[in-house]
Amino acid sequence: MEQVLAGFLRALRAAGSRVSPGEAIDAARTIALVGVADRATLKTSLAAVLAKSREERDTHDRVFDLYFRREFMAQKDEPDPASAPARDRAQANAAEDSFQALAESGDDAAIASALERAAAAVGAGDIRFATQTSFFARRMLEALGVERMEASLMERLRAGGDDNDRAADAMIGARLRMQRLARRVVEERYNVYGRPATETFLDDVVARRSIDALTVRDIARLKVLVARMAKRLSDRHARQRRVRDRGRLDVRRTLRANAGSQGVPFKVIWKIRKKDRPKVVAVCDVSGSVARSVRFLLMFLYAMNEKIADLRTFAFSSRLADVGPMLDGNDFDAAFERILRDLGGGSTDYGQALADLSDNHRDCVDRRTTVVILGDGRSNHADPRLDLFRALADQAKRVVWLSPEPEGQWGSGDSCLLQYRPHCTIMAHCATALDLERAIDDILGAYD
Amino acid sequence: MTGPTRAAPSMDSIAAALAASGYIATTAITTTMFLALRLQKPVLVEGPAGVGKTELAQSLARGLDLPLVRLQCYEGLDEAKALYEWKYAKQLLYTQILKEKIADLTGETGSLSEALAALAGFQDVFFSRAFLEPRPILRALEDPRGAVLLIDEIDKSDEEFEALLLEVLAENQVTVPEIGTIKASVAPLVVLTSNATRELGDALKRRCLHLYIDFPDSERERRIVRARAPGISEQMLREVVAFVQRARSEKLRKLPSVSETVDWARTMVLMNADVLSPELVRDTLGVLLKRQADVAEVTDRIDVLTARARADAAGAG
Repeated sequence: MEQVLAGFLRALRAAGSRVSPGEAIDAARTIALVGVADRATLKTSLAAVLAKSREERDTHDRVFDLYFRREFMAQKDEPDPASAPARDRAQANAAEDSFQALAESGDDAAIASALERAAAAVGAGDIRFATQTSFFARRMLEALGVERMEASLMERLRAGGDDNDRAADAMIGARLRMQRLARRVVEERYNVYGRPATETFLDDVVARRSIDALTVRDIARLKVLVARMAKRLSDRHARQRRVRDRGRLDVRRTLRANAGSQGVPFKVIWKIRKKDRPKVVAVCDVSGSVARSVRFLLMFLYAMNEKIADLRTFAFSSRLADVGPMLDGNDFDAAFERILRDLGGGSTDYGQALADLSDNHRDCVDRRTTVVILGDGRSNHADPRLDLFRALADQAKRVVWLSPEPEGQWGSGDSCLLQYRPHCTIMAHCATALDLERAIDDILGAYD
Repeated sequence: MTGPTRAAPSMDSIAAALAASGYIATTAITTTMFLALRLQKPVLVEGPAGVGKTELAQSLARGLDLPLVRLQCYEGLDEAKALYEWKYAKQLLYTQILKEKIADLTGETGSLSEALAALAGFQDVFFSRAFLEPRPILRALEDPRGAVLLIDEIDKSDEEFEALLLEVLAENQVTVPEIGTIKASVAPLVVLTSNATRELGDALKRRCLHLYIDFPDSERERRIVRARAPGISEQMLREVVAFVQRARSEKLRKLPSVSETVDWARTMVLMNADVLSPELVRDTLGVLLKRQADVAEVTDRIDVLTARARADAAGAG
């Protein structure tokens, strides 16, 4: 059972769960305590010991189902591990001569256990990519002695004749059947060990790919990833909002607390400093060139709504509107499409957008607010209204400008980025999901 | 491992203990509690508000006949309120007595250094067990019968407090710098609850077994309501539970909890109603939903929801 547990823990780790040595010991004690006879009890017990959050629990249950379906099957055929190696050798010798006999025996249990052993022998658990399936399946068949049969198959085909043809057909059929079964075993291994690693790899690729270059499939993957990144950021910044200021004595409360001891200050109370809650105003250019980046920025910000409770969102191309109510609580994708339809059509005018912001929504920016602007600053040669931008910057805690264009293009053609730049706290190129994560991390960092 | 006063409980005995104190448990709950007792590990119970997380600890204490020590967490909770505190007033009194007695003690000694040597033996008395005021956690550790220590809403406390708990959770002991380590003679069963208003630290989670209690399915919720609102008719019970289950799949800010289902069922008993009608629902919705936006949301669809709930109830019957 130790071997089985070790394999299970390895599969869990491959799926992204963290399992500490202490938890591994607990798991071993748990199995000793509840036994393996009742599968459902084993599953809930191991989940209680190994999974430490709801997400981990889902992972655990999925891996448990995948893993123990296979392991228990192999276990049944191998009740006594001590005698197994000897029997293995005997069976392997026999199998060499009777690959065909095994394939045609119709004894599913015998075939399954032979395949399991072959899989272990060729290390099918090391599979990382789906494309390796054929390779491992072939190695398994070789371990079962398929080459010997193939040699005799060649002879028969060369010799020709009705009898030989029939025999050859039977051999080809046997090989095909075993190949299918072997592939299935390898695919199961891939699901347990390989797929999670591949997923992590693909996630990483997508996070680093330019948002403009994403395919439809990438976008679906990135949506899930953004939710996870947002959670991670929330956790990182989930700190207490009050800090004890250990340098400053709270005289009034100290005297009061020590009234019982005649004012002798046994108990000292320090002043408490409150921290600002993150307050974010997002101003997004939703004209065609930038819309895609905006989608992911907003998705990110809204996924963090438990952390950034105070979030206002404005969108503009020529005129600016408050789109917060549309996004709040509604299906994000549908709401965003509607915003694009309603506002995305006009020709971009940053000056007009700033004027709208300061005319209609001046009160939403105060000294605790971070203003995040996402846009390329291409204003079609209209007045950039730097006076309004400077006033906005003075009013806010920080102004963070995220541009989907790389720094080399700032200020070229009708781009006003270089004119806005002196008034921004930060102006950064933001092209990938990873860039977005970094930017938001920085924004929240200013409140820690 | 288990102490002399507690026999090693089996899975069945825990199920029986919970059932005896009126707690309707799932197998996951029973299994986790069994493991907690046998592996002597704390349990972290998470889940939405009002699914009976606190109740679980209370019922277990009652069922196993152990004292329950409860510690409600809040922002600013510190060791002086959770672990131990010095009895300052008593210490002050002691110094005054000491002042009066000091002449007797040092009377025969000639020099100052001799007097100090004579007093050295009394230094330790000042910070000793006699002046230690045990707070909930220390009380739970010191109980000779063992105890169920309920640390409620741990997510409301500060991160510093979490760190403070680690020693208790991992080793069942408390270290008082002036005295030394106080270890539990019988390890208490520690139950921590969290509503996940913030993510708990990894170190804390790794030391606990994890149990997630979700809203119950209709079968279990019916059993709970039947136990808590005895006077209710079977027909009404089915309809009430079916309605609440429906309401939970609506887009609400705060989903109705089990305790609110129970309150609503009791309301129905008081109103002598046998059938769930849209009018009745409209009049009593405030018992079930506590936010104006949610009430408005459901009020719009009250006819549909009631009809569907009644259909569900009939189907389940």
